[in-house]
Amino acid sequence: MGRLAKYTRRAFLITSAAVAGGVAFGVYESWRVPPNPLRPGEGRAALNPWLIIARDGAVTIVTPRAEMGQGTQTTLAALVAEELDVAWEAIATIHGPPAEAYYNGAIMGLGQPFRDYDIRPWREKIREATDFLPKMLSLQVTGGSTSMIDGFAKMRLAGASARETLKLAAAKRLGVPAETLRTEAGRVIAPDGQALTYGTLAEEAAKLDPVRDVVLRPPAQWRYLRRPMPRLDMAAKCTGTATFGADVTLPGMKFATVRMNPARAGMKSFDAGAAEGMAGVEKIVDLGDGIAVIASNTWLAFRAAEAVEIEWEPPAYPGETDALEAEIAAALDAPANSHLRDEGNAARVLESPPEGAVAVEAEYRLPWLAHACMEPMNATAHLDDTGHLTIWSPNQAPVLARDKAAEATGISADDITLHTTFLGGGFGRRAEYDFTVLAARVAAAVPGVPVKVMWSREEDMAHDFYRPAAVARMRGLVQGEKAIALEARVAAPSVTRQSMQRISGFAPPGPDKGHVEGIADQPYAIANYSVYGHLADIALPVGFWRSVGNSFNGFFHESFIDELAHAAGADPLAFRLVHIRPEHAPSAQLLEKVGEMAGWEAAKRPGTGRGVAFTYSFGTPVAQVIEVGESPGGIRITRAFIAVDPGIALDPAIIEAQMESGLLFGLSAAVFGEITFAGGAAEQANFPDYEVLRIHNAPKIAVAILENNRGPGGSRIGGIGEPGTPPAAPALANALFDLTGKRPRRLPLMRDFDFFL
Amino acid sequence: MPYTITVNGSRHEIDLPGDVPLLWVLRDQLGLTGTKYGCGVGACGACTVHLGGEAVRACQLALEDVDGPVTTIEGLGTPAAPAPIQQEWIRHQVAQCGYCQSGQIMQAAALLAENPAPDDAAIDAAMAGNLCRCGTYSRIRAAIHAAARRANGG
Repeated sequence: MGRLAKYTRRAFLITSAAVAGGVAFGVYESWRVPPNPLRPGEGRAALNPWLIIARDGAVTIVTPRAEMGQGTQTTLAALVAEELDVAWEAIATIHGPPAEAYYNGAIMGLGQPFRDYDIRPWREKIREATDFLPKMLSLQVTGGSTSMIDGFAKMRLAGASARETLKLAAAKRLGVPAETLRTEAGRVIAPDGQALTYGTLAEEAAKLDPVRDVVLRPPAQWRYLRRPMPRLDMAAKCTGTATFGADVTLPGMKFATVRMNPARAGMKSFDAGAAEGMAGVEKIVDLGDGIAVIASNTWLAFRAAEAVEIEWEPPAYPGETDALEAEIAAALDAPANSHLRDEGNAARVLESPPEGAVAVEAEYRLPWLAHACMEPMNATAHLDDTGHLTIWSPNQAPVLARDKAAEATGISADDITLHTTFLGGGFGRRAEYDFTVLAARVAAAVPGVPVKVMWSREEDMAHDFYRPAAVARMRGLVQGEKAIALEARVAAPSVTRQSMQRISGFAPPGPDKGHVEGIADQPYAIANYSVYGHLADIALPVGFWRSVGNSFNGFFHESFIDELAHAAGADPLAFRLVHIRPEHAPSAQLLEKVGEMAGWEAAKRPGTGRGVAFTYSFGTPVAQVIEVGESPGGIRITRAFIAVDPGIALDPAIIEAQMESGLLFGLSAAVFGEITFAGGAAEQANFPDYEVLRIHNAPKIAVAILENNRGPGGSRIGGIGEPGTPPAAPALANALFDLTGKRPRRLPLMRDFDFFL
Repeated sequence: MPYTITVNGSRHEIDLPGDVPLLWVLRDQLGLTGTKYGCGVGACGACTVHLGGEAVRACQLALEDVDGPVTTIEGLGTPAAPAPIQQEWIRHQVAQCGYCQSGQIMQAAALLAENPAPDDAAIDAAMAGNLCRCGTYSRIRAAIHAAARRANGG
């Protein structure tokens, strides 16, 4: 990736110069329209990269982000529609092709070395300026809960610009000034009542220079935002007609599967003798590092792939769980990579505590986790007679997937078309490009034949990029009802470094903020507060797992805060409020709200325990209370209460769904989730070994949405896909402590507690 | 010798080995991709279809054992004319990623056919085999209750 090296230096220089845009309501926006990658067919016009209008008035909104369940296409469409003035029923969405226009300007903002809740004007400027680097790198990525943060202004500008350009086209046709025209439900209306539909104007409008100076509407005028909109993908998903990657069907298509080394290394040799004669088998492909079986039916391909005898290379990392964990723990004694929170002098205070202070120490250990998306990894590809490669892939990073497919096949990226389908779950797994590249490689082995490469569930679980295991060593002091010192040391393999190494061949030096997110950036006022990040360099693949570093750090921080509260003899919720209130008012309001919802002040129901936890992640604070109860069949997670503050709540029904989703994702991992290794391969292969919560053991959930975290300008947006996950595990662990008196310091909890299953 | 099966009211001659699971006959041979592959071991419910009106896991049913008419999600309703249970699923905005929902809906439809007014315990018992990684369980439960009320004239 010479391109990365070329642009990085210049981009960083410009970042430090801080060119700011500003996204305030009602302000004139001068807008640079990027090159439009859309080439709609006859009778359809693309006014900019985000929307296509057909002659019949149908509007297709092209979303830069991937729909993997989080509702992003619906809300991105609502942002455009809010300004465009079209009926909701006239709208459909498609995923944008790989293109510069669809870069994610918000994704680098996550890496800034300051805390999100601590908003100051110069920091806002830096955050906005970091928009530049993703553009240069074409970082078209769905991740980091950034879709709305990135799209909030961009998509409305796209709608407003198109609307004004359509008015210009109408003005020309009618011979009246554009200022006299108004728009409503897909029509431009003249002062005399004459109406021209967008469909009849679109092709003319597309020939005009897009209007770039537009005024965005104030929230008071919104009709589609801040209210629940019917999801645009709902009817298809409830009738089996939504096309996921696994559902792509092409004329003459063959069905294939792959077998790669479960120990994540190469292949020595293979013997396909037994597989070659099996029913339906058409070809066995030697991929060098594994094999593919191409057949007339996926299951026949699965069966034949199992019959291939393969000798694998050994892995370049310790093969057993104990040895891997020992390497991570050892990193705690090596020099730290980061010290991103350093207030007061925690080391000194912990060394010689003031009189009457109570010391608390704890070590926590968390396991590797799989993503286990409902839809196993897959992609479909077709190398046609002209040498053009077309790929259909359920992915979160299309430019990267295309470029890596180009690299692997030797086909120029210009000769590759990549379609993004619906994703049957993503959770970070589909930000990787491996499954896309494998499909391209298999297709390249059978030119002229479209081939769908479907992984078995077992292959999916064996070849995940796991959430890394992590260890934390925590020390603290309480005096009266306050924490006066907290020191945290967190060790884990670095997801950021490993991922950047895969993407660009270069792991960025310096402090890894993602490694300590959820622990170094929390809005607690503690006089002596110190957080060290230690990186364990292990070659076992790790990746972005819903909420990433927050997924382990949220547990470490909020479990330890609970331990401090109990050491102080304080109520855990009141103890948190004491420390959060002086640091960030909207977060304190959330804790108060969740306490109110859960009836925290009232006596517990008999036979129950309650736990509270709070994590500020991806721009959004979330507070959760979980109730557990004894039952004849074991401990039940009875109820959960969630209070969330995303700033402006663009779609309350989708936010509610994401909160429930994030919670259950976190709880499933907390109760059951663990990937262990033997001989370098994961020991869990399928859902019976990697259980998740089901309808009968999931809690009843209540969600409250607050909108206090809007920042100084009042227009702040936080992420929503991930922030529900980090507080779930610690809230549950704290509830179990409340119920049983036993403090959970490792996950999964099923090892130490008997749950109702 | 090809097998003959009836799916959504249409008869099909299938020339595949008899041990191929119905799931892969539906998806790869008949192009009925609404029925999903999730685990292949009967642990997730994504492949649930009706065999003679009963909910079965299509990944566990061999082609040679298909002894009755099969209904898949495509046979239940369409986007233009969704079945009542699908209408409730849409009204309650149940789906997130949506991959498991065909199986959830087929399981729920079989439950309601057998028990027109299931309580929470009956819903738990019937639906516990259907995994959802997005965690849509609250809305699934609400949609089933609503579909039951609707069928009972509520």
